[in-house]
Amino acid sequence: MNILISNGRVIDPARRSDSVQNVYVAHGKIVALGSAPDGFHAERTIDASGLVVAPGFIDLAARLREPGFEYRATLESEMEAAMAGGVTSLAIPPDTDPTLDEPGLVEMLTYRAKKLNRAHIYPVGALTLGLKGERLSEMAELVEAGCVAFSQANVPIIDNTVLMRALQYAATFNFRVWLQPIAPFLGRGGNAHDGEMATRMGLAGIPVAAETIALYTYLELAKITDARLHITRLSSAAGLALIEQARADGMDVSCDVSINHVHLSDMDIGYFNPNCHLIPPLRSQRDREALSQGLAEGRINALCSDHTPVDDDGKQVPFSEAEPGATGLELLLPLTLKWAERAGVPLMDALARITSDPAKIIGITKAGHLSPGARADICVFDPHAHAIISRENLRSQGKNTPFLGLELPGKVRYTLVEGELMFDH
Amino acid sequence: MRNPQLNKHGELQHLLTLDGLPREIVTTILDTATPFAAVAEREVKKLPLMRGKSVFNLFFENSTRTRTTFEIAAKRLSADVVNLNINTSSAAKGESLLDTVDNLCAMHADMFVVRHAASGAPMLIAQHLQHTGRDDVRVINAGDGRHAHPTQGLLDMYTIRHFKHDFTNLTVAIVGDVLHSRVARSQIAALTTLGVPEVRVIGPRTLLPTEVEKLGVRVFHDMSEGLKGVDVVMMLRLQNERMNGALLPTPQEYYKIWGLTADKLTLAKPDAIVMHPGPMNRGVEIDSAVADGTQAVILPQVTFGIAVRMAVMSMLGSH
Repeated sequence: MNILISNGRVIDPARRSDSVQNVYVAHGKIVALGSAPDGFHAERTIDASGLVVAPGFIDLAARLREPGFEYRATLESEMEAAMAGGVTSLAIPPDTDPTLDEPGLVEMLTYRAKKLNRAHIYPVGALTLGLKGERLSEMAELVEAGCVAFSQANVPIIDNTVLMRALQYAATFNFRVWLQPIAPFLGRGGNAHDGEMATRMGLAGIPVAAETIALYTYLELAKITDARLHITRLSSAAGLALIEQARADGMDVSCDVSINHVHLSDMDIGYFNPNCHLIPPLRSQRDREALSQGLAEGRINALCSDHTPVDDDGKQVPFSEAEPGATGLELLLPLTLKWAERAGVPLMDALARITSDPAKIIGITKAGHLSPGARADICVFDPHAHAIISRENLRSQGKNTPFLGLELPGKVRYTLVEGELMFDH
Repeated sequence: MRNPQLNKHGELQHLLTLDGLPREIVTTILDTATPFAAVAEREVKKLPLMRGKSVFNLFFENSTRTRTTFEIAAKRLSADVVNLNINTSSAAKGESLLDTVDNLCAMHADMFVVRHAASGAPMLIAQHLQHTGRDDVRVINAGDGRHAHPTQGLLDMYTIRHFKHDFTNLTVAIVGDVLHSRVARSQIAALTTLGVPEVRVIGPRTLLPTEVEKLGVRVFHDMSEGLKGVDVVMMLRLQNERMNGALLPTPQEYYKIWGLTADKLTLAKPDAIVMHPGPMNRGVEIDSAVADGTQAVILPQVTFGIAVRMAVMSMLGSH
């Protein structure tokens, strides 16, 4: 269908452009900006006056819970959530059941997602079989099946020899390895940041050293293996400082943070709110400020939802017994805008953290920007409208978020995927 | 975010923690307990304050003493008491905590006395009751994980007040495994709320939680230093399993350095009292000579515990 998105404020962080203009979409692609190409006839016109037209958002971590956890969420429910959130590309962590360590499984997931014809998915393969940290997965085969990188999700590898070999093997093919900094033993059994709040609440603590020790290990091993390393879900100021030190030493390493960790600290656990039980744990206010600032300055490359739908059975239990994670696809834009507002970040830079920057990390070239010829993955949103986050309004099957009941800026009006209007509100 | 144990008028709705509980409420509970202590001396040890009320002792973790004193307290107030030891019943069958609560509510429970291994479990129950519109059902925390044991904290305050009269000129030392102790957390909260000018914690670094000083205590690792000139010594129980997990080398070494002996006790004020929440490990955290000595007030603690629990139950049950 030929679609004209007219009179919107078109913000394309990849080209650093921000102006009111028309966007012309045909055959699944952006065909022109500004004036209509010859012979263009719009079958549908979207009036975007007063709205922002941005590349569809790219999320570095969205658990869709398939296969294996369909009682918590399904591809259908979570794809609806993605569309409502303007998220058009999703990287899928491998911690499904079974884990994404089999080419056939990855092909099946990709096929199922394609059939639904919603967001594009980018599976992240398991670095080791079953994420067990013992045997390498068939990385070359998995990439052929569609994997864009390899990770251990949040399951650390205990044996550093295995980790080194995995990095070496991935580096052989120049595959990307995404690692979440979690030391295997330190803080074991813990469920909150080891500090005053955990002490007051009598929760077992996870020290910051659990993150920094893992980072030391990863960075040292990346140095000797030449692996292309991306660090996922930073939680601490000290962790960020280590990454910056490694960069100063000439290492090319990127990193991301979740929407929860730039907004919340351990104080927000309040009266044992199980929705604040997250991996990594919410840390101190000082850490949160450092992460927010790091993201503002681009020292943290991307912001992601770390979408983890958990059903009520998994959350309506005491804090330490609650399953960790929060739903996030529909909160990615609102929390990005809220963060930008609080940290004084220009809209262009804020949007870069959820479009062009994560595109680079995944290696997406045909989306994440609005150049003519790009895949027409587009989000049209109202940056000034506010909405209250509620169980009823969330399309995700997971209603678990620390932001329930809060009013946040940003409402998605239209989501286009490959030139098709998938969400219209 | 409202503290779930207070209603919108700031009155006590549930007793979940002493952390953040206003001083007036703490004092009111202690004042209310005083006449109840006398009930135990009477021939007929019963008051009709909770007649017709059903109290459910919901114990998801083993306990003899705490459960028994709650049971006695409820019975002296003429309530009907049902004891449930859940580790031997429904939790083993996979029923969730809140399902258990819903079922007992359907049996018209008026009050839950809850002990649970997870910090915050009683608060979860209180929040659930609020969300489901059962504001008339009360929850008393009888110990949750490492978080709080408010009635123990209160009975300790009652004991200190009984023997020392005034909180505002005291130095109090809490000795031992603060890290795993809900008792210590409730004691610290109560002591600081009641205006004790110096609260000390004494123990090895492995048994003191991170940033414990932010709770308003002075940290000592040296037992002799920490005991110097104190008015009250509050010993904590050392669980045997702490010898696993690399927290301590042996019970012998612990006793040698942090065990309370008559010798070490001489460093405290001559009229210092010695307390212990029980059950004691003689020869591990405390020597028998001290436990059975003239300065020990460990058995009065138990007696006062009933009066304090009667006070809490009657205050909540007569709303």
